[in-house]
Amino acid sequence: MKSYLAILSARFRVLLQYRMAAAAGFGTQLFWGLIRMMIFQAFYDSSSAAQPISRADVVTYIWLGQALLGFLPWNLDSDIRAMVRNGTVAYELLRPVDLYGAWYMRALAQRTAPTILRAIPLLLVAGLFFGMRPPANAHDLVCWIVTTLGAIAFSCAFTTLMNVTLVVTVSGEGVARFMPPLVYTLSGMLIPISLLPAWLIPIVNILPFRALVDTPFRAYLGQLPDREFAFALAHQLVWTIVCVIAGRAMLTRSVRRMVIQGG
Amino acid sequence: MPQIVVENLCKTFRVAERDPGFWGAIRGLASRRYRDVEAVRGISFSLDEGELVGYIGPNGAGKSTTVKILSGILVPDSGKCEVLGVTPWRNRTHYVGKIGVVFGQRTQLWWDLPVVESLELLRDIYRVPNDQYQRTRDELVAMLDLAPLLDVPVRQLSLGQRMRCDLAGSLLHQPRILFLDEPTIGLDAVSKLALRDFVKRLNRERGVTVILTTHDMDDIEALCSRVILIGRGEILSDGPLELLRRRVANERRLIIDLEDEAQQIEDEDAEILSRDRARVCLKFDPTRISTADLISRVTSRYAVRDLFVENPPIEEIVAQLYQEAQV
Repeated sequence: MKSYLAILSARFRVLLQYRMAAAAGFGTQLFWGLIRMMIFQAFYDSSSAAQPISRADVVTYIWLGQALLGFLPWNLDSDIRAMVRNGTVAYELLRPVDLYGAWYMRALAQRTAPTILRAIPLLLVAGLFFGMRPPANAHDLVCWIVTTLGAIAFSCAFTTLMNVTLVVTVSGEGVARFMPPLVYTLSGMLIPISLLPAWLIPIVNILPFRALVDTPFRAYLGQLPDREFAFALAHQLVWTIVCVIAGRAMLTRSVRRMVIQGG
Repeated sequence: MPQIVVENLCKTFRVAERDPGFWGAIRGLASRRYRDVEAVRGISFSLDEGELVGYIGPNGAGKSTTVKILSGILVPDSGKCEVLGVTPWRNRTHYVGKIGVVFGQRTQLWWDLPVVESLELLRDIYRVPNDQYQRTRDELVAMLDLAPLLDVPVRQLSLGQRMRCDLAGSLLHQPRILFLDEPTIGLDAVSKLALRDFVKRLNRERGVTVILTTHDMDDIEALCSRVILIGRGEILSDGPLELLRRRVANERRLIIDLEDEAQQIEDEDAEILSRDRARVCLKFDPTRISTADLISRVTSRYAVRDLFVENPPIEEIVAQLYQEAQV
């Protein structure tokens, strides 16, 4: 276990040193948050029908999303991509650790370190100036923390699966372009899932991506009744396990047929 | 009982081919042609503990493929391979904890971290106990002169510095076998000498088995008691460096500095290879005429100021063997 924690902590430290990236990310997220607020403002102004999610809750939903955007499995690990392209991945195979475990730790650092760095100031600013509210009570807070941990576990399993496809495709261009819109839309990051067309909601509910945004954010807003909470947690867990098994299988298979590029 | 046994190892890569140019690319979309490249064809050898073996051959001969199979990261198509009593690619994660590998063209250190943090990370990954780590690290720092480099981020190191750090990184867990894949590639003369010196000490003093692939024949001459030459995936020669020399030609050179620049020189058992004013280079076969006889004959016939005997440069021998291997 110590080996894996060492990999996690080293990756975490490396990622924490990119201060300019954090500052730029903060600015970008703030800008897009304001634009999204205006879009939803216009939407609520133009509709007189009752909406499944209140105007005030949408504001909180948006800022939570802007702050925690980096938790989403939307990109590949550029180091792994480079390693697979130039053959340095050979060194990864020379370590006396389970490669999947090591790459999962990399994903965990990749998903959390930069996100935490920019989420804290963003949540502060959004809470002070833009009408984001804290959880209504301790129950909601606990549910939010638990489902957020579930979301991170799933996100890292999915990120690792994406990274493993690099070993097969080498390029990764397809995954890199295809995943962001899919993840944004189906997780509820773009629009809260309850605002999607009625026919789409059951499909999105079964698909894995709502575990990332819809589940924890609804817990935060107190819109996840206990029965649904248990179901949502099981949903996160099952999809995490599916991704881990798929990722492991694909990695084992491709390592056996791997060709180390160059030299 | 040998430490490394390789029997009849074969590995074939499948390479997608297409015709050059735009139309070639378009045609490649519809139908893909594959060509099988036999990187390693039935290689067999065995190594005892504490040997220092040079593994040489032209580019694409199968050197790196062999090293990658031996280190467990490539799975061969057929053949047997046993290192330290186990088959490398079975139970790879366990096996790789007992060997050290350095690829000269890549680095195992973390680009963004200071050297010392990379070493600590390797300590944790290899589960090296802390007191052993301290001891090994201090020894390696002294032997490789790393003290001034420890706090420098890896990306700021020169190639020679990085290679020394990479070597240290591959030895923290005290492996009994070290695979060096072109460790001197791109290094300057001083760094090469330092590296050779270190490898020699490691082998002599610690008894670490070393397999070294290189294109630098000075590496081989300085280090290796045994040389395995491989070409087109097959072993062409295996034995001491002397054997390699003898394989090509039983040839020796006598270099003579004459007193008189204008003096013509001739001998029935030797051939003039080159002449630069007073200096003459003679090529002869020591099985036809002994070196002593030739020297006494030459000195009795001509006024000689100085002379010395040498072996043909190893580069020439290898170049000739490489050419034979291409045929």
